[in-house]
Amino acid sequence: MTKTTPDALPAEGGPGDGPLLAVDNLHVEFQTRAGVVRAVNGVSYTVGAGETLAVLGESGSGKSVTAQAIMGILDMPPAVIPKGEIRFRGTDLLKLSEDARTQVRGQRIAMIFQDALSALNPVFTVGWQISEMFRVHRGMSKADGMKKAVELMDRVRIPAARQRVHDYPHQFSGGMRQRIMIAMSIALDPEVLIADEPTTALDVTVQAQIMELLADLQRESQMGLILITHDLGVVADVADKIAVMYAGRIVENAPVYDIYKAPAHPYTKGLLDSIPRVDLKGQELYAIKGLPPNLLDLPSGCSFNPRCPYRQDNCVTDAPPLYEISGVRSSACHYWREVLDGERQ
Amino acid sequence: MGRYVIRRLIQAIPVLLGATLLIFCIVFALPGDPIAALFGDKRPDPAIAEVLREQYHLNDPLLLQYWYYISGVLFRGDFGVNFADIPVSQIMAGKFQITLNLALTALTMEAVIGVGLGLWAALRRGKATDTMILASTLLLISVPTLVTGFVLQLLLGVKLKQWTGADIFPVAGTFAGWRSYLLPGFVLAGTSIAYLTRLTRTSLAETLRADYIRTATAKGLSRRRVVGRHGLRNALIPLVTYLGADLGNLMGGAVITETIFNLQGIGNQLFTSVYLREQPVVVGIVTVLVLVYILANLVVDLLYAVLDPRIRYE
Amino acid sequence: MSNPTPPVGPGLPETQTMVSDTVTAPAPHRQGKHKQAKGGKPASLWTDAWYDLRRRPMFILSVVIILILLVMSFWPQLFTSVDPFNARTCDLSTARQGPSAGHLFGRDNLGCDVYARTIYGARNSIVIGVLTTIITTLVGGLFGIVAGYKSGLVDSVSSRLTEVFFAIPPILGALLIAATFRGRANSILLVIIALAVLGWPMTYRIMRAAVITAKSQDFVVAARALGAGAGRIMFRHLLPNSVAPVIVVATINLGGFIAAEAALSFLGVGVLSPDISWGLMIADARDRFLEAPLPLIFPAVFLCVTVLAFIMMGDAVRDALDPKLR
Repeated sequence: MTKTTPDALPAEGGPGDGPLLAVDNLHVEFQTRAGVVRAVNGVSYTVGAGETLAVLGESGSGKSVTAQAIMGILDMPPAVIPKGEIRFRGTDLLKLSEDARTQVRGQRIAMIFQDALSALNPVFTVGWQISEMFRVHRGMSKADGMKKAVELMDRVRIPAARQRVHDYPHQFSGGMRQRIMIAMSIALDPEVLIADEPTTALDVTVQAQIMELLADLQRESQMGLILITHDLGVVADVADKIAVMYAGRIVENAPVYDIYKAPAHPYTKGLLDSIPRVDLKGQELYAIKGLPPNLLDLPSGCSFNPRCPYRQDNCVTDAPPLYEISGVRSSACHYWREVLDGERQ
Repeated sequence: MGRYVIRRLIQAIPVLLGATLLIFCIVFALPGDPIAALFGDKRPDPAIAEVLREQYHLNDPLLLQYWYYISGVLFRGDFGVNFADIPVSQIMAGKFQITLNLALTALTMEAVIGVGLGLWAALRRGKATDTMILASTLLLISVPTLVTGFVLQLLLGVKLKQWTGADIFPVAGTFAGWRSYLLPGFVLAGTSIAYLTRLTRTSLAETLRADYIRTATAKGLSRRRVVGRHGLRNALIPLVTYLGADLGNLMGGAVITETIFNLQGIGNQLFTSVYLREQPVVVGIVTVLVLVYILANLVVDLLYAVLDPRIRYE
Repeated sequence: MSNPTPPVGPGLPETQTMVSDTVTAPAPHRQGKHKQAKGGKPASLWTDAWYDLRRRPMFILSVVIILILLVMSFWPQLFTSVDPFNARTCDLSTARQGPSAGHLFGRDNLGCDVYARTIYGARNSIVIGVLTTIITTLVGGLFGIVAGYKSGLVDSVSSRLTEVFFAIPPILGALLIAATFRGRANSILLVIIALAVLGWPMTYRIMRAAVITAKSQDFVVAARALGAGAGRIMFRHLLPNSVAPVIVVATINLGGFIAAEAALSFLGVGVLSPDISWGLMIADARDRFLEAPLPLIFPAVFLCVTVLAFIMMGDAVRDALDPKLR
């Protein structure tokens, strides 16, 4: 990073209008020996204060890479960001110096990772790791930091927090570890919280508890929440709006209710159709045919065309733009009307 | 923790017994009659020779001899006497100190240079510095102690003195204090420095790929704190293991270095005793070295538990 | 294996592939091609490694050096017309003379030609290095594969046994064995035995660890479920999948054994005169080393280059077999 723009950090509660965080036409590439992997190809989404955006997609769709680009924790190289903006309260984070970004990271935009066991440092106590936020960023003493850590562990509903603060990550259960991860991320009241598959590694019952905790915390603090997941079930309960990603692009953007009612992109439709449903028991489960695309060599035109039941000739030649369906809804499919109407060809 | 120590101590007993028995068998298979050797060219009085043989248990079966010996060592700290009635522990004491000094000098150099170079290489991974450091470790591993010893003795010990007039690295003997250990210490440490450099490099590079490093970065910590606190603390674990286990190797491998630099250490003594057929001294020295090896490994195990909290509760 | 993976839908467990992982993985098209050509996993591992090795200058250099050394040890006459075993080629009056046209490396303390002796010294180093490596690899490998496969009593007994060997400092142990039986056997054979006795546990450990890893892989579990016998599982399934690290260590150890032979010969318990060894030459030249360094330097350089060649080869093979370590 050799950007030299003065470090204009966005003010807390900054420009009143406009979204809290806006990703705009973001491109991320990885330079590899085999060629350039285009992991993110022009992603745009926004999240406002108190709003929950669910980013949905299978592995390799670029949803995690986008999140890591927002945090600024991509390894560069091999990653390169050739185009795009990530505006946080109006300031483009990509133009900030590394020092200024470090100020944003953790304090104003925080992140939770999928596997808390590997994401927490095994050799430090959880109290040490949570209080590190206060010691490093707030200059607190060890004792005060530990007090804060206990408070936070209480807040994320870890029983016997006062005793457990001296335990190591491996001594907790999976759900408790994810709570510690959450406690650490909300320590400094961030304005945006990115949760990257926070419940994938957990049991179903624990998943619900963690999602509930996240929703409660968000209500209390009015932070913007970006929930990255591949699980449509998780999304329905908590998200306000959904961005569906495929091969590094947003293919559909919609409020959560609309998308469940009638998807406007064949890929979203495929995802919804492949959820097992009790009322259709006995019938063959729908599966999207074909394989996710090779990011080294994307199909021409629409990336989804080789797997698409709605494919026409122009799908192979013209990449669809993000068609606006309504003020809050868009789809990157030439034939979104047909999809919306549920006509299969 | 206490139970862990006890378990490790109990596990060490068969290793100690096995290794000393093995050495005992090898050494006492030495051909020739040590009693006869004691008298040199003179032919000993058969009666006196018999008394001596009885005194040194030379007529007993090997296993029984071993038992007399090892019980003395373990229960009374008695390493026996050589055939001139000088206690083996007395012969060993001073020599042991010299070898220990040498090995500790080497170990210190290894830790400082090896870890330092390894960190440097890991942080410059894939760049010219990294390649240079890797290439020099390859050279350091490939040049046998025998060669580094003589070449450095010539260049740093002799030529440097001729050119500068200052005796920076005294060559032989131990009379110049700790400085006389610098050159032999480096020669002894050579290969280990190279291995430790490589180990540090891979260990840190691997640690820096871990998920918790990404978390630490996401917490908004400076690169310095991420690498220095979160990375190094984890990368240290295999390094400590290597260093601890290497103390035994260094002491046991000192014989070549001691011969080249004319240090009167335990390796040199062992070498002499092998030629003089002083079996009690030979067995004594190797027993002490086996003990050092076992103790060093025990310390490493304990340190491991301290450094990695995941171990303690297993 | 060959069925296309089912499409990843919601709710289906997602294979954990971070983009950064795909980045470090070897080029997919290359891997794919070999997999199709050769089928099974070990084959593609070795084909990939071979493809990689042919492009490594370090590997090519080490192979060239080792080939030259092999020729040198089989046909030293190709390199020198002087026969160092013929006492008449030595001339005491020319002792420690510097290099000259007929005697490239000069003459040693006894006035013998250093060049010819250095060339002839290669044979013992190579023979001892290669034979010791073969013995330790066979013995350690066999014990390792059995211990790793059987586990239980066999494993604990043999593992304790190797711990006993590890507790003995290798050079001292070899020194003791070689000194004890000196004169009772051929000195070269004795060096090989002394080094092998203390060298096999290393191979054992590596083989055992690799077998334990391989054992839990699905195809081994499947073979066992299908009723394959112990021998078949060990040698048809486990061996090909765990032999790679053993080969790497064997190559690196070969260099180590050559260095150890030089050390033993230097201490006077290895190769004995009139046989020629670089270690012995170094020992002979050491007394006059400060005034006449060349008779020591030349065999030392040959020794270093030889050890270097084997270690370089081992390094290159390891890097080729395990791209993650790079």
